[in-house]
Amino acid sequence: MKKNVLFLIGLALLVPLVIILSSEENPTSVSQTSKALQGKLIITGSSTIAPLAQEMAKQFESSYPNVRVDVQTGGSSRGISDVRRSLTHIGMVSRQLKASEQDLTAHKIAMDGVTLIVHQQNPVTQLTDDQIRAMYTGKFSNWTDLGGTDNPITVINKAEGRSTLEVFLGYFGLKNQQIKPDIVIGDNEQAIKLVAQNPHAIAYVSIGTGEYSQQHGVPIKLLAINGIAASSHNVNQATFPITRELNFITHGIPNKLSLAFIEFAQSPATFPLIKAQSFVPLTP
Amino acid sequence: MSLLHRDLLLHWVLRIFALLASLIVGLIAIFLIVESFPVLNHVGLLAFFSDASWHPTEQLFNLLPMLWASLMVVVGALILSIPLSLLSALFCEFYAPTRLAVIYRRIIELLAGIPSVIYGFWGLVVLVPIIASIEAPGTSLLAGILVLSFMILPTLTLFAITAFHNISQQQIANSMALGISKAGFICHVILPLARPALLAGTVLQTGRAIGETMALLMVCGNVVQTPSHLFEPMRTLTSNIALEMAYAMDDHRSALFVSGFILLLIVIGLVILSNLLVKEPNDTHTV
Repeated sequence: MKKNVLFLIGLALLVPLVIILSSEENPTSVSQTSKALQGKLIITGSSTIAPLAQEMAKQFESSYPNVRVDVQTGGSSRGISDVRRSLTHIGMVSRQLKASEQDLTAHKIAMDGVTLIVHQQNPVTQLTDDQIRAMYTGKFSNWTDLGGTDNPITVINKAEGRSTLEVFLGYFGLKNQQIKPDIVIGDNEQAIKLVAQNPHAIAYVSIGTGEYSQQHGVPIKLLAINGIAASSHNVNQATFPITRELNFITHGIPNKLSLAFIEFAQSPATFPLIKAQSFVPLTP
Repeated sequence: MSLLHRDLLLHWVLRIFALLASLIVGLIAIFLIVESFPVLNHVGLLAFFSDASWHPTEQLFNLLPMLWASLMVVVGALILSIPLSLLSALFCEFYAPTRLAVIYRRIIELLAGIPSVIYGFWGLVVLVPIIASIEAPGTSLLAGILVLSFMILPTLTLFAITAFHNISQQQIANSMALGISKAGFICHVILPLARPALLAGTVLQTGRAIGETMALLMVCGNVVQTPSHLFEPMRTLTSNIALEMAYAMDDHRSALFVSGFILLLIVIGLVILSNLLVKEPNDTHTV
């Protein structure tokens, strides 16, 4: 009896303690007193940019051992709202800033292209804007309409709020209401996985992620758009039609540490990192 | 410390813990209402049932197709899994030889412990391609029903086994003494006696099925529509939150909290229903 009571009291004391210990650190507490850079930098936002930012952060940390860079994903929208609410120092946004977002400053770090992917066995190799529009709005529902085999098209679309969806809709001048999808998914990897196991499916992903998967033996094919091959090279040359900017964004005057990191991210030293992620560096 | 003193202490410690537990539910409800408020303020509650479609970034918020889809997948899973669970529990309790019954029970317990995401992954890799070969795209209401059935079946079976097991040996001995056939014994003695426990277990699993997210997100295709047949893709309320929350802002984000609040209301309804069902007087069934 006594033991039980003691146990319960112990538990009662332990619970608030755990809550106190697990409460989050304040992200704005960056000390900038000494000459060398030090402190903690928090970067949140686009899951497209996050792996690149992570690699940049590793190099940055090795040059400045007193700096810790924490990269978290959650989408471009999160990057914007976190920067506005000062929950983070730098936001990652995988598109151009909108007119309603002019209170923020964009620092362009790389380019990315979005293209359509199909299974390797699919005989179709290129599509025009009109064909893609017809497929996604349900006017074409069989691959014979596009010179393929007699099979129904499985149209894969992205969930609302994803930046690749915005890029896609913006380029084709479509509203999401007009799209008649068979499957709706979240991120690029899911799209690639579904297309890899369904020879009749079509999806759109960022060229970087698509090329990377293709090089690693995933049976998918990146389609040429209007006769222009979907490759990093063509995105770099700005000849590929569906592209987007990858931006770091800040709100107000960024602190010394944020500025140093952005400068580093835009320097040629990060070009190998950008290429390793299959994005396209901004060569002058 | 006197005995009275100790009891008093325990009494208060328990009270505080009970209060904490109920506070959590209350806080979640308040949180959902506060977070839903902006969009309710902008477009009103009616928009969630009368808008043309669910396109939150275009200010269209109709949740009904997802509500129907949630209910259809759960009802479908219950229709499949309840008879199966009852039959396998009856087999395990009354027909199987003791050694087999023990092994069988262990297997069912193992199944009950598999995380739902594994069922989802299996569904995506095995089930969906099979369904796709019958009718494209494969991710469909049917896939959702099957995966959900497999998920709730083991726990339903364990509930049923326990319910049958708890029926007193006296009752069993009495009916044996009357010379009732085994089938009659099961239909007229065991099932009526076990009814309240079976209902309670079913309601609990219905709650779990409605709350299931990841597995259905993987196999249902997530197209927002009221499925008109088994092979059509659909999206449940829970999958909707998981799929869109990370990227949602402003009214869109707030609208997802509204769908969370509706889910909470459904679960509250289920709890009330289970209370009503279980409270029903059952002493009329004595043999």
